[in-house]
Amino acid sequence: MTSAALDINTATPPLDARSKALRRMVVESVVAAGRGHLGPALSLVEILRVLYDDILRVRPREPRWPERDRCILSKGHGCLALYAVLADKGFFPPDVLATFCAHDSILGGHPEHGMIPGVEASTGALGHGLSIGVGMAIANRLRRSAARVFVVLGDGELDEGAVWEAAMGASKHRLDNLTAIVDYNKFQSYGPTSVVLELEPLLDKWRSFGFAADEVDGHDVDALRDKLRAVPFAAGRPSALVCHTVKGKGVPDAENNADWHHKNKLSAAELASIRAVLGGA
Amino acid sequence: MRKACLDMVHALARRDPRVVYIGSDPGPGTLDRMRKELPRQFFIEGISEAHVIGMSAGMAFEGHVPYVNTIATFITRRCFEQVAVDLCLHALPVRLIGNGGGLVYAPLGPTHVAMEDIAIMRALPGMTIVCPTDAPEMNRFMERTLDWPHPIYIRLGKGGDPVTSRPEEGFEIGKAIVKRDPGRVLIATTGIMVHHVLGAAKLLAERGIACGVAHFHTVKPLDADALADLAAGVEAVVTVEEHTRIGGLGSAVLECLADRLRAPKPVLRLGLPDKFTHNYGSQDGLIKHYGLDAPGIAAAIEAYVAQPAALQRSLEPI
Repeated sequence: MTSAALDINTATPPLDARSKALRRMVVESVVAAGRGHLGPALSLVEILRVLYDDILRVRPREPRWPERDRCILSKGHGCLALYAVLADKGFFPPDVLATFCAHDSILGGHPEHGMIPGVEASTGALGHGLSIGVGMAIANRLRRSAARVFVVLGDGELDEGAVWEAAMGASKHRLDNLTAIVDYNKFQSYGPTSVVLELEPLLDKWRSFGFAADEVDGHDVDALRDKLRAVPFAAGRPSALVCHTVKGKGVPDAENNADWHHKNKLSAAELASIRAVLGGA
Repeated sequence: MRKACLDMVHALARRDPRVVYIGSDPGPGTLDRMRKELPRQFFIEGISEAHVIGMSAGMAFEGHVPYVNTIATFITRRCFEQVAVDLCLHALPVRLIGNGGGLVYAPLGPTHVAMEDIAIMRALPGMTIVCPTDAPEMNRFMERTLDWPHPIYIRLGKGGDPVTSRPEEGFEIGKAIVKRDPGRVLIATTGIMVHHVLGAAKLLAERGIACGVAHFHTVKPLDADALADLAAGVEAVVTVEEHTRIGGLGSAVLECLADRLRAPKPVLRLGLPDKFTHNYGSQDGLIKHYGLDAPGIAAAIEAYVAQPAALQRSLEPI
């Protein structure tokens, strides 16, 4: 199956109440801070929701439980979605979201390990997460732990050569306890990935680097759950799941709009429009 | 010194399962005995320094103490962001073994000559920088690396470096070793330059200029207490390093003295010019070329003590 075979714009089920509620948490954080990477967070919501609801073995009250699955948000600029999910799961109280980017907040514009319960590594500089995940996966295998490692990457991030160094390393070590998940929203800061630096054929790339790779509609909760429950896709090989997503998903003005990659003030009209779509106050 | 360092990685790995060795693409046979004896603690990951540093961070997150081995210029220039973010930001105990610190790779040219590695690493919060002077001191130092809670950059000499250290000197990270008590002048140096500086001090003593010598093997964190105490009683401080005069030991000494001493102290910094090397030959050849062998150092200090203002003008401005 090629990437084009998935038509996410027409086939995606409508967002359910939970997806809308998580998006409201994202938007309200941006409102509180007056800034934030909105578009890159909105494409991620279902990926992180399914990971934390159905896939990851984690203990929100014991975030350093040694046998937990490790999840690294390598595209750290998508952190608003991670913060919403972590708060929703009880890693920290939801009212902390309103402090996003405040001077003394634990929640910065990129996630910091050691500051936020549940954040495995500080990210924000792109192209780092997969290598860290490879190291964690090797270490967990050495100690015969069943803990798995999931690394969520952005598509623009795949421009970084270090990602592919890490992919070769993961393959060399046959890390079937490692899964790379790509939030393939087709946009990066400047514009479409196809214009900035073409990634296609993306599935073939992962496969040629030794991964067992598959793709999915990244907003279809049931489909995501099915795919992620199936990892590793092949014994003795790392897995890659390319998730076709829409940048700014759920906020019509933001969808596929590079201008909403990093959003400063939301106007009253924009906010009213968002609330009309997502519900909430 | 290089062999001593790697053999110590093997010895430490035998003793402590947290220790892992990660090489990029070293010479054939490197640490073969360790590879055979401890294969689960031995990794060769290819010419991919950025990835190797991230991988070492991931292993350190899980409790390992990785020793990463590659060429000094590659481990400092190539993967700077990974060193900064993955290692220093997370304060992870990864040890970076920089082969060929300073002018060791003279015949291989400017891509391999590590003339600014200390400056690069010094800029990073939480990074420890150690430049042992010889193989026995390397052994004593490596014993201290196991439980040091920060990343460490280890600057390696060539191997077969003249032995000037003594067992009774011991080794503590962050504590300078006084090799000669200060006279009129204190010479602060690091790494394999100790040998050349001791030679210079001997020549200067014969010419009636008593010089103390202190080995600041740990360039960061600098032993500021020792430096301030030693510097307080001398006419001038001289720094000697196999490194550009920007950002290395000389800069660290200047910064420390500016912070610690109430009265200004004349400081002469001897090191490499702010230029890439375009000569080849040997490490010793380049050391002599830049006036950093014993006679060159002695001549510079003699002239400085006689006419400090004149010599200052002769050094190129930075």
